[in-house]
Amino acid sequence: MNRFLAMILLLAAALPTPLHADDRLPPAPYAYRQLEDPAQEQQAQTLMQTLRCLVCQGQSIADSDAPMAGDMRNLVRQRIAAGEDPEAIRQWLIERYGDYVSYAPRIPSSTWPLFAMPLAILLLAFVLLRRRFSRPEETP
Amino acid sequence: MSEPAAKASRWALWLPLGLFGLFVALVLYGLMRPASHDIPSAMIGKPLPEFNLPAAQPDRPGLKRADLATGKPRLLNIFASWCIPCAAEAAQLSELARQGVEIDGIAIRDHPEDLAGFLSRYGNPYARIGADDVSSVQLALGSSGVPETFVIDGQGTIRYQHIGDIRPDQIPLILQKLAEAGQ
Amino acid sequence: MIAEFGLAALWLAGALAVLQLIAGTLALSGKGPGLAGIVRPVAMMQGVLALLAFASLILLFWHTDLSVKLVALNSHSAKPLIYKLAGTWGNHEGSMLLWVAVMSMAGGFVALVERRLPEPTMLATLAGQAFVSIGFYAFLLMSSNPFERLPQPAIEGQGLNPLLQDIGLAFHPPTLYLGYVGLSVAFSFAIGALVTRQVGPAFARAMRPWVMGAWIFLTLGITAGSYWAYYELGWGGWWFWDPVENASLMPWLAATALLHSASVLAARNALRAWTVMLGVVAFSMSMVGTFLVRSGILTSVHAFAVDPERGSFILALLAINIGAALTLFALRAATVTEGERFAVTSREGALVFNNVMLTGILGIVLVGTLYPLLAEAMGTKVSVGPPYFNPAGAMFAVPMLIVMAVGPLLRWRRDSFSRVRAALVLPLPLLLGLGLAVGLAFNRGIGLLPAIGLALAPAIMLASLLPLRARSLKRTPLPVWGMVFAHFGIAVAMFGMASESAFSSERLVAANVGDSVEVGPWKVRLARIEPIAGQNWTALEAKMLASYAGGAATEIDPQARSFWTPPQQTAESALLTRWNGQLYAVLGEQAEDGRWQLRLWWKPFVPLIWLGGVLVALGGLLALIGRVASDLRRYVVREKIADRRQRQGR
Repeated sequence: MNRFLAMILLLAAALPTPLHADDRLPPAPYAYRQLEDPAQEQQAQTLMQTLRCLVCQGQSIADSDAPMAGDMRNLVRQRIAAGEDPEAIRQWLIERYGDYVSYAPRIPSSTWPLFAMPLAILLLAFVLLRRRFSRPEETP
Repeated sequence: MSEPAAKASRWALWLPLGLFGLFVALVLYGLMRPASHDIPSAMIGKPLPEFNLPAAQPDRPGLKRADLATGKPRLLNIFASWCIPCAAEAAQLSELARQGVEIDGIAIRDHPEDLAGFLSRYGNPYARIGADDVSSVQLALGSSGVPETFVIDGQGTIRYQHIGDIRPDQIPLILQKLAEAGQ
Repeated sequence: MIAEFGLAALWLAGALAVLQLIAGTLALSGKGPGLAGIVRPVAMMQGVLALLAFASLILLFWHTDLSVKLVALNSHSAKPLIYKLAGTWGNHEGSMLLWVAVMSMAGGFVALVERRLPEPTMLATLAGQAFVSIGFYAFLLMSSNPFERLPQPAIEGQGLNPLLQDIGLAFHPPTLYLGYVGLSVAFSFAIGALVTRQVGPAFARAMRPWVMGAWIFLTLGITAGSYWAYYELGWGGWWFWDPVENASLMPWLAATALLHSASVLAARNALRAWTVMLGVVAFSMSMVGTFLVRSGILTSVHAFAVDPERGSFILALLAINIGAALTLFALRAATVTEGERFAVTSREGALVFNNVMLTGILGIVLVGTLYPLLAEAMGTKVSVGPPYFNPAGAMFAVPMLIVMAVGPLLRWRRDSFSRVRAALVLPLPLLLGLGLAVGLAFNRGIGLLPAIGLALAPAIMLASLLPLRARSLKRTPLPVWGMVFAHFGIAVAMFGMASESAFSSERLVAANVGDSVEVGPWKVRLARIEPIAGQNWTALEAKMLASYAGGAATEIDPQARSFWTPPQQTAESALLTRWNGQLYAVLGEQAEDGRWQLRLWWKPFVPLIWLGGVLVALGGLLALIGRVASDLRRYVVREKIADRRQRQGR
């Protein structure tokens, strides 16, 4: 979307060019390598798409070339290969970075309004529409 | 919210304006808040995770959790030779070391030769340097970039996180946090 | 000279907008009987002047007049002409001038052609349009003057950034802008109707072509933007629920709802207050979107041209405009009579359902986008992403799509499902069959939402054609064709989305030159890697030979590019499109052992996402042509039968 446009405009505006030069180390083993087991890779992929790349501010670690995103993919894949549950890995990261690291808001935390929202909309629509529709039945 | 209009639900007619008022209040807050993109670690106040990193340089030992729980507060500096603010911060770290602060380092995704060059150019205030080639310890600490500096107390508990390079005028702040951790 | 002329035109246009507002308001309140006659000409003049101002700026960019600050900052004498011209709106000031110019021209055009509405409503509408414009004129003239001169002309411009020279980039923003600003007309019509309490079919008919036109541009803008993100970002994603993306989706959702409720109002004189409300909301969402993007208060990959001062200005503008409109709504809507009634099972009932669901999705997107800000106000940092938006949105979208399939078959006012049941004899079994098939496949790791999408899409495609049954295709009105195309397009896009997330296969490999890699049914051989140089970049280009299911090989050439002004690495993906999907290849870095990082995806039916978007826009275009043509015909008839009263509904 505008994403690309904005990315370009950002470059044009010469806004903070990254202060980091590139490191010369090869990427982590599983940054750009899939797990052998397709089922496990699938699990890892699903999880990675919902974890936030901490240095790119708006991309998941599954769509970023940032080295730290690569290291996070490595961590996810290695832990999944070791048999860990994806949600346990998410939890492990949340314990370290807070809810910010996960794109999947959790219900028990401070995000309850997000989940109340759809219900509130439905309820409101129901209340208002019930009145609207009930009358014409009487006066066709 | 819906057509209803009917006299019975006048409150609904004011609802959009009310919601809009909330929106304006929220974005006003958003415009006025100080812009901060720091992501604080959620590990502050918690014990350091278990880890054991190999030595990043031949002349210094590597770093493991036990090295940091020595009964005395220490600084744990996350850095890399490829990071420019880390070079800017080096003088302040040396100053802290000169004042007797014990500092350990974790070098992130660093090449031994690059690191050696960096240390010889900007000074080496570190007692130990662990090589974290895949950011594993960095991730375990909840650190999201370089440089970051953690104050670790004598029991190995993380007491404070400093995000970004330490500026000269922030040295007293770091010393104060170390003193607090020592109490 | 040109710059001064442009600035003068802009000032004059702003002054005329003030005059338009004052004259319109006075005439409405009966204080200046002579004033009513000048409002329309003033609106037209204002439109012409704003156009002249914008044309002046284009001319300045064309000639690369480096004594103008904006040109010096954003252009360069060595740029190709097309990018010089596109540079006019590729910056904050120019884009705001485009905004104002389109808005004023739209207002002028309404003043010129719209004769169906009662004159007081027209006066109020044009005054409303002037009210909104004045804010934007003030914004331009006070804090973003595009014609500002430099004390010393620059020797050369600073805008030769090669990354900016991209044809998609040149035309994507103005497309979205036309959509955003087109909705301002609906907003003004809503204001006018509220002021005079004249909400009826004529109001809906007057508003509809504008909403339709804006909606077509929004649809195209979003579709093209999504394809760009997919193509450029190099990871195969096509929608990220990024705040900047959501900012363009929200006006689209509101405009879609508005289109449907306006058709109820036009045909049946029902949903009066609700349609007016949506008219206000749709343009409000355009302004909110612009604000979110420009102010940079949300963390986006690219906080773009972040400027708190401009952000505050836009916020003040939108607070005044939207606040005033919603207050007027709250005060007046209760006196707008309810309109015709209808049963639950009726065309209207289905359209109301569609409206509620679209509003629900809009609410989800808005709240999800703003939630991180709210959380921050409460002291925590959270991220809201696909795991929230997808299921929460689907909760509303799936029922809506089912009703979308059935709704067009229902009669206005009152109907029964038993009558429609016969028509559904084909799609229903298809749905059940597919549901069963997908349900069986469900165990094999397809997510719930893609499974629902795969089962629903073909049935909806079929059902969306049903309104054409028992009709002579030649005599089917264009708006019906438009609806069929649009609904079919939605189902096509949905199939593409579901297929992409259910069936994509991914291969990340380190390959030596000569190695073959399999991804899905494809076999891709890395034939060689060659250095290649462009105007201001060098690249490594991979020559890959891709063959589908053992067939003949086609060459694809992804590149890893390095620009030097500014230094920037980009991965240029290579796409190979077949009827049943796309092969997506990206060349990564070379590892120490000499092997190359390759990223390959086979994405079955993914192009349907954008094809669907184009079909939707095409449907809009057909409907627009049909409506305008029949409006013209009706106009001619009305001229002939002079003694007919104008407020006669169909």
